[in-house]
Amino acid sequence: MTETTAGATAVKTPKAVDGSLNWLDDRFGSTGFFKRNVKKVFPDHWSFMLGEIALYSFIILLLTGTYLTLWFKPSMIEVVYDGSYQPLKGVQMSEAYASTLDISFDVRGGLLMRQIHHWAALLFVASIMAHMLRVFFTGAYRKPREINWLIGIGMFTLAMVEGLFGYSLPDDLLSGTGLRITQGVAESIPVVGTYIYMFLFGGEFPGTDIVSRMYMLHILLIPGLILGLVTAHMMIMWHQKHTAMPVKHQTETQVYGYPFYPVFMAKTGAYFLFTFGVLALLGAFAQINPVWLFGPYDPGAISSGSQPDFYMGILEGSLRIMPPWEISAWGHTVTLSVLIPALLPLGLVFGGAAAWPFLEQWITGDKRLHHVNDRPRNAPVRTGAGMAMVAFYGILWLAGANDVIAERFHVSLFATTWFFRFAVFLGPLLAYIITKRVCLSLQRRDADTVAHGVESGIILMSPEGGFSEKHEPATPEEKVVLLSKETARGEAPAVDANGIPAPSSKGPIGHLRSRLQRAWTFDDIPVEEGHGHGDGHGNGHGDGNGHGDVSERKNPQQIGH
Amino acid sequence: MTRTGISVKRFTAWRRRPWAGYAVVLAALAAIGVIYAGFSPQTDRAEAANANQAAAQASLENGKELFNKNCASCHGMNGEGVKDKDGRAIAPSLLGVGAASVDFQVSTGRMPAMNPGAQMPRKPPIAAFDTRIEKNYETPEEREEAHERQAEAQQNLDDLITYITSLDPGGPPIPPASAVDPSKGKVALGGKLFRTNCAQCHNFTGQGGALTGGKYAPPLSRDDVTPTQIYEAMLTGPQAMPVFNDSTLTPEEKQAIIAYVVQTREEPNASAAGLGRIGPVSEGLVAWLVGLGMLVLAAMWITAKKPKKLKKS
Repeated sequence: MTETTAGATAVKTPKAVDGSLNWLDDRFGSTGFFKRNVKKVFPDHWSFMLGEIALYSFIILLLTGTYLTLWFKPSMIEVVYDGSYQPLKGVQMSEAYASTLDISFDVRGGLLMRQIHHWAALLFVASIMAHMLRVFFTGAYRKPREINWLIGIGMFTLAMVEGLFGYSLPDDLLSGTGLRITQGVAESIPVVGTYIYMFLFGGEFPGTDIVSRMYMLHILLIPGLILGLVTAHMMIMWHQKHTAMPVKHQTETQVYGYPFYPVFMAKTGAYFLFTFGVLALLGAFAQINPVWLFGPYDPGAISSGSQPDFYMGILEGSLRIMPPWEISAWGHTVTLSVLIPALLPLGLVFGGAAAWPFLEQWITGDKRLHHVNDRPRNAPVRTGAGMAMVAFYGILWLAGANDVIAERFHVSLFATTWFFRFAVFLGPLLAYIITKRVCLSLQRRDADTVAHGVESGIILMSPEGGFSEKHEPATPEEKVVLLSKETARGEAPAVDANGIPAPSSKGPIGHLRSRLQRAWTFDDIPVEEGHGHGDGHGNGHGDGNGHGDVSERKNPQQIGH
Repeated sequence: MTRTGISVKRFTAWRRRPWAGYAVVLAALAAIGVIYAGFSPQTDRAEAANANQAAAQASLENGKELFNKNCASCHGMNGEGVKDKDGRAIAPSLLGVGAASVDFQVSTGRMPAMNPGAQMPRKPPIAAFDTRIEKNYETPEEREEAHERQAEAQQNLDDLITYITSLDPGGPPIPPASAVDPSKGKVALGGKLFRTNCAQCHNFTGQGGALTGGKYAPPLSRDDVTPTQIYEAMLTGPQAMPVFNDSTLTPEEKQAIIAYVVQTREEPNASAAGLGRIGPVSEGLVAWLVGLGMLVLAAMWITAKKPKKLKKS
């Protein structure tokens, strides 16, 4: 390995290292590969690490999960508990539940592993969500990265199913309640529902097959799929290069950052240890899923405050606020009160997320490659739509905990249900409007900063006695960030010079497209240099007060005495 | 605004610190908290004046006086209950409710009620009936006084029960101490019964839960919920709770449930933080706020470190 930096060449490589690397190189030609790749430059931003949390949680999940399989018995044979947890001694339970108790109380390190495994699962999904939001709001899914975005959505879906099967395995009262809902959802599917349910459970609920079936899916099939998708995700990312934030030296054709070896490798290695450390701390100090307190599953029992793990909260919430609608036709019952909450909200979120990159491309007509991220404020419609989705998801998620909210904050349970029924429609709308206004205001401020500089905090008194604040120009670094905003490209004229309508604007679809494009761009505020002092600034854009706001600053500001 | 440039400058400089915004928000929140605390009503102050007056007299006489003072305004002068003009009960009749019911309602502080709502909340009993008095004082005189006050409160409660049961004998009596002793109950049986009969409202670890129409199942996990009160609640079915009489749950089964409730709340959590023992809601909150929060801070820290040597490249 001789392609290290200039300072390091003087050091002679130890023979053991050199020899074995040569050995490998003779067989794989690995030196060439490393030569090309170890110096790969990665841009630096904290939010780029969110996806790595998911990757590292996944590794920890595989390791701790393997440990748990050594003792867990995926069997629903009834046994009488005779372990060291006294309050359940002599109680009949499934072998799955009994072995989970054994892992918790009689296996050395078992409880710690269980808790780390469960915390890692929560963190896995939470970081996937955070990572997805980062990618969405910075527009990092744009061409050429649409496929990787879709792979990400696939992994998110798989992670949810993986989690559901995982927390259902111990066969405790809480997870059994979740399985009962799963059964209800399967049954609610029109025509084939009953067959699907019987096929899944191998007979009537709960039967004796479901735990061993979920176990196979949980430890083999789904992790295998996720692993394959993770590999594809990473290789595509490596090949396409990571997107970067708009900073100085960063351009669409050149990545600015640190080389993989040694800087980024050290950072990401350290970050694995951070993830592991946080999970170990949580596993050691915060109790999670205390199955011994829930008791064994019994179809006749249920607890108040029965919630699924957080990533299923949106389904739980949709189910809770859904009115009891049901259709009976030709001797068949379609239980809309289960079918709609099970399919519609998550379908909207995932379907919408999957379609969005293509929809955006279609509306804006932007077919260019993008390697530099957008600042969220510079794409108000996207940011607004994203926040509307966050509000939609968040409200349904909260609705899943409506009884806990009612109990902890002393409000009526019915009041919370009705609140969420309205909020789920109004919340996203409000979120969109507010977010868009905030984005536009921030754009206006950026335009102002570029044109007039930053308030310096220095107050000047003029000979007449008026006070004004001195403005200093933005630093070059700041300017690069501010000027990263592209002025929205105007709509292509519907009719060209010869009076021939553009093909993209024909027909009802074409009209819709032009309208959407207008909505996307009409209130854009240009952020440009040397464009400030009242020379028609902001003309024709948005609501007039943007205009007035900016041009007023021509005069030194007066502040009160 | 001051005219001296220095203080303006200093103020402006403070105002421009990165944390200034957070400081303002924090200060505003603190101010709102203080104002709220000043205006929010206190439960035990209003009734405290009654404390000293409810003093000695013969049992029934004292009980009657306590009744007239604390109960009669809603339950009627003879405990017959009061209805509004549409015939809806404002307060139920106390005739034949039994000693267990009175003891439960008064010793948990639910009665005398402060204001009628969907459900009467548990609160510290009014001073006349407050038997949970602090007794570990420094001086013997203070200790003695505390003992006296406790004896007096217990006497008051007994007198009140005597009076109300004298209006119409009947209803379940207060269970004897041997019937409620948690150490004599079968915990495993209790757990099973608790999960089938109680957990649906009170949650699997007795943390309580929300019910319809603003009602709620109160937490059983607090130390001040005594075994006797749990037994009395099962016997009398206060508020939204159903009655579990001796044919639904035998006395032995009731004792098993009490044993389970008490053992579960005394059982330490497997880890330092139990997260309220309410299941996945608090776990999800911790995963996001603590787990993801700490890792975001770590990510910010890691990416803020710029290696000096490579800075130029």
